[in-house]
Amino acid sequence: MSILITPETKILVQGITGAFGAKHAQLSLDYGTRVVAGVTPGKGGQFFEHQGAKVPIFDTVIEAAKATGATVSVIFVPPPFAADAILECVDARLDLAVAITEGIPIKDMVRVKRAMQGSPTRLVGPNCPGIVTPGTGKDSNGGCRIGIAPGYIHKKGHVGVVSRSGTLTYEAVFQLTTKGIGQSTSVGIGGDPVNGTSHLDVIKLFNADPDTHAIILIGEIGGNAEVEAARWIKANCKKPVAGFIAGATAPAGRRMGHAGAIVGGAEDTAAAKIAVFQECGIEVAATPSDMADALLRAAKARGVTLS
Amino acid sequence: MNIHEYQAKALFEKFGVPAPKGATAKSAAEFDTALASLPEGAIMVKSQIHAGGRGKGTFTDGFKGGVKFCPTKAEAKEKAGKMLGNTLVTIQTGPAGRKVQTIYFTQASDIKKEYYLAILLDRASSRPVIVASTEGGVEIEKVAHDTPEKLHKVFVDPAYGLADFQVRELVFKLGFAGAEAKNASKLIRNLYTMYWETDAAMVEVNPLITTPAGEVLALDAKVSFDDNALFRHPEIVALRDLNEEDPKEIEASKASLSYIALDGNIACLVNGAGLAMSTMDIIKHFGGSPANFLDVGGGASKEQVVAAFKIILGDPNVKGIFVNIFGGIMDCNVIALGIVEAVKEVGLKLPLVVRLEGNNVLAGKATLAGSGLALVSGDTMADAAQKIVKLVA
Repeated sequence: MSILITPETKILVQGITGAFGAKHAQLSLDYGTRVVAGVTPGKGGQFFEHQGAKVPIFDTVIEAAKATGATVSVIFVPPPFAADAILECVDARLDLAVAITEGIPIKDMVRVKRAMQGSPTRLVGPNCPGIVTPGTGKDSNGGCRIGIAPGYIHKKGHVGVVSRSGTLTYEAVFQLTTKGIGQSTSVGIGGDPVNGTSHLDVIKLFNADPDTHAIILIGEIGGNAEVEAARWIKANCKKPVAGFIAGATAPAGRRMGHAGAIVGGAEDTAAAKIAVFQECGIEVAATPSDMADALLRAAKARGVTLS
Repeated sequence: MNIHEYQAKALFEKFGVPAPKGATAKSAAEFDTALASLPEGAIMVKSQIHAGGRGKGTFTDGFKGGVKFCPTKAEAKEKAGKMLGNTLVTIQTGPAGRKVQTIYFTQASDIKKEYYLAILLDRASSRPVIVASTEGGVEIEKVAHDTPEKLHKVFVDPAYGLADFQVRELVFKLGFAGAEAKNASKLIRNLYTMYWETDAAMVEVNPLITTPAGEVLALDAKVSFDDNALFRHPEIVALRDLNEEDPKEIEASKASLSYIALDGNIACLVNGAGLAMSTMDIIKHFGGSPANFLDVGGGASKEQVVAAFKIILGDPNVKGIFVNIFGGIMDCNVIALGIVEAVKEVGLKLPLVVRLEGNNVLAGKATLAGSGLALVSGDTMADAAQKIVKLVA
């Protein structure tokens, strides 16, 4: 198994006719992902064609979901319209909306998050690289790739990876794959201060997934999501966990690229989060190059074999 | 995006948040007109820069205090003359300080009591939070740490908005009564409306004061906005003061690069914010010191790489460069060609270490190796970081 998505998951792409959405829809199709529908208002009835695949385009999410059975949407809609696109997924009662869009106003996300309370739809992101559940083919082909991550660096296996950052996720996944260690699912939750799914939400899913045997938790400065996850791990998670926090050298009060990566006080510095990780039994990677090795140390300490 | 106090006060006026009367001057010639617009009596002279700690700051010529109480307008004019055009160093400016280009004169108020009031995003609940305290005019972090019971928080439900009962509760907790309570309620409500409608990231009033006449006034104002929402607020964008920003950061934003200047000597050029932050960290880990944060974005183009090199080399402290790219989707060879071209164009004399990983990496490495450039390749981030630290030492 895996979390959130499986190779059988049917996905639709909101913004499939934009340059960015189109490129990544193609890459997902190449990876073997079941991209079954596109949504671009005003282009319903047209098709998105790529190497023999003919993906129908709909005007609305609800039509696309009804006609194709898609349960997950990936959102490549520009920032001014992205909050609306997320709410359209909620209205269509999809299982999952993955918002890749960077630059959504914080107020829009505050309102979206409130509107999603009690809804069955889960949001991952925004400002995130997406989710990959690797497949069994060459270079993990045949998996489910939602978003913008490189699929080929993955390998099917038993390590769960959760991170805010895209390239740092790829770094961790690549290190694992290079060492012959596969992943169950890798999830990028995004770098914004208000997002749909937290580190803790993903950790709980990994903990409950029998196919995930170990976890890499990657965080950064700002907020307390990593601390919340670490404390829960200490109390509830028996699986080996390795962690890394980016931003030890970031000056206070400056946003480091991600809208949420800003030190606000003594509690959300890298040093403070690393101290909590250590206190909670998480094996801390000293540098990003050490993430896979840190997980191997954590696994060894718990007598878990990874491959 | 940050704005000046006088700009924040103008917004306050628009939204019905009372503050002492004020007037600005951008040259000494404007002092008299500005002062004439204020009532007779004591005046506060306030240096306008985007940094806190102005009152306790020192100018580079030794003049002390960027905010001064003056009993008369004549004295206010004299003090303003010492501040305008002078460079103010505060705990938040760094040793270089900031040049004062605007003076804000305000009517000095009789203070009965000082309070603290701020509105910002509470990340844990994803809701706006109003933070208030009876301990005004001091560092709020200190209040939070030493006497947390004196810090009151109101979480606002974005679906309903700020409820009247929440305002009443807060006002009573702060000990207001009578006319003061009524005035404070109105001020809090209007300040919240301003926060919400302008897409502010934070609104801070420290201190908020009461006067013997029963007024409740915002004595100071610190306001910043959500950069992501600026597209729908041209009136806020118009308040941007480029004098307050690092010229290299302005250059970078024009090229869609995310750049932040630091005080070290190893420049970094990285794709992705998380990787960019950890590249700085790994330089420090191996004993070096990063000169900047620079994220060229997930899909860096050759033009962006060239622009990035130019910005990096504009920093005279830089003694070496570390390029760290994980080319997930994009072809590493395209990036390698971009690096080669950028280096040729800018005529690089400094040590350069490149760590390239990902899609078509072998071709990328071959391009770098065959370029004839004196660059060093690193295999992993750790390997490359150690190499650049050694080369710069």
